[in-house]
Amino acid sequence: MKPWLFIFASLFAGWVQAQPDSDRQKAISHIVVQDCGSCHGLQFKGGLGPSLLPEDLAGKPKEYLFVTIKYGRDGSAMPPWSRFFNDEEIHWMVDQLQKGGFHEKP
Amino acid sequence: MKSLSTLFMVLLLSACTHLSTPLRGTGDLGVIIERADGSVLIVEHSNGTTLGRVTGLGDLSHASIVYSRDARYAYVFGRDGGLTKVDVLKQRIDKRVMQAGNSIGGAISQDGRWVAVSNYQPGGVNVFDAHTLERVAHIPAKTDDGRLSKVVGLADAPGNRFLFSLWDNGDIWHLTFNGPNDYHIKKFPKAGANPYDALISPDGRYYLAGLFGEDGLLKLDLWQQPPKVEKILQDYGRGNKKMPVYKMPHLEGWAVAGHNAYIPAIGRHQVIVVSTDDWTMQKRIEVAGQPVFVMAQPGGRYVWVNFAFPDNHQIQVIDTQTLAVVKTLNPGKGVLHMEFTPRGDHVWMSVRDENRVDRYRTSDMTLVDSRPALSPSGIFFTTRAHKVGL
Repeated sequence: MKPWLFIFASLFAGWVQAQPDSDRQKAISHIVVQDCGSCHGLQFKGGLGPSLLPEDLAGKPKEYLFVTIKYGRDGSAMPPWSRFFNDEEIHWMVDQLQKGGFHEKP
Repeated sequence: MKSLSTLFMVLLLSACTHLSTPLRGTGDLGVIIERADGSVLIVEHSNGTTLGRVTGLGDLSHASIVYSRDARYAYVFGRDGGLTKVDVLKQRIDKRVMQAGNSIGGAISQDGRWVAVSNYQPGGVNVFDAHTLERVAHIPAKTDDGRLSKVVGLADAPGNRFLFSLWDNGDIWHLTFNGPNDYHIKKFPKAGANPYDALISPDGRYYLAGLFGEDGLLKLDLWQQPPKVEKILQDYGRGNKKMPVYKMPHLEGWAVAGHNAYIPAIGRHQVIVVSTDDWTMQKRIEVAGQPVFVMAQPGGRYVWVNFAFPDNHQIQVIDTQTLAVVKTLNPGKGVLHMEFTPRGDHVWMSVRDENRVDRYRTSDMTLVDSRPALSPSGIFFTTRAHKVGL
């Protein structure tokens, strides 16, 4: 494991389980499907960005996905999303993505 | 007597057939992508009515369309690799093939015989017989280290040529295609960092590819002998920090008015105005967000711009005489695309999150009417059938 990843992993060792309320969940789902979908595909099979299907995210640590969404990835087209989602919401997104919980019509 | 009644029956039958399918042209027809539901709407823009819906086209996020040269068939390129030929007169699917895992767009050859599709996965270009949708060629986009690159910015050029760019290693490839046994490829390797989309000028002379990985664009002059790639506008971002890009801009068509072209800046809330005489920057116009489509109204009097998330509820209009933003519209949440009627009297725009397609009058930039559509994205009028690069 890369050292920086280890630091983040330690930081988020207790993966927060608090959830956004149901209205907010709906709004986040919409953005994930429509706006993340413009690069990752509406069905998350990938596009300019990689696939976000549960089977493709299965091997990836939650902390890594969290950091990628929150801060984006330098040198790639992935922008940071911290302006639009707080930590709790990003945690919830990661959980949902890994479960395949986002669909076109939530 | 018997023959008379037979004749009568034949006349009656042919009358019925005529009643059920009245003759009409396709010049005022169009197709609207309903991105979430795998369907398209067939519309006509003389009166602004919706004629019907065709379903069963798969994942249509980021879908685009080219038309057959008789402007009857729409070739719909779906994100899931589906290629569907829709009969806009009969409002039904004529043919459909799954041609790759993951695709991004396509083009039709100058002679109308070949449809090329660019793919992300596996990276490359497939060419199909436009009539049968039979695959006639597969061109893998292999990078130097043997990986397959995502292919972007596929466009047609005169001489039955297709041009496309490789996202992963920055090549531009030039394909001349005259049949399955008569094609060749010329490569312009590593021309720039991460080309994201491209366009062909309407005269078929320039292929311009936008770069995500660095400031500037690649310009391939097809009239030059031999054709040569040059980088232009390399310093367009100088002095200001790049902002995150929440949706890649599109270089579709050619927003050109007089001697200037209008181009979205990447990572900046600006439209870049560049002279098509010497390719120098004339002005950066500050706009409401990351521009996605920068489109000239037919005639070139105004340029209309839509934006990436989170500013995608707005449209701004630039006056090409003063290079200033003269109008800001708020059509609603998720304005994804615009399409002008051929002579520019109206512009249609899809408002995805409000499940509407709005029609604006260009003369006074006001809303005329709206029609329902399910998460509409791209709008494609048949006038594209007769334009190079569309």
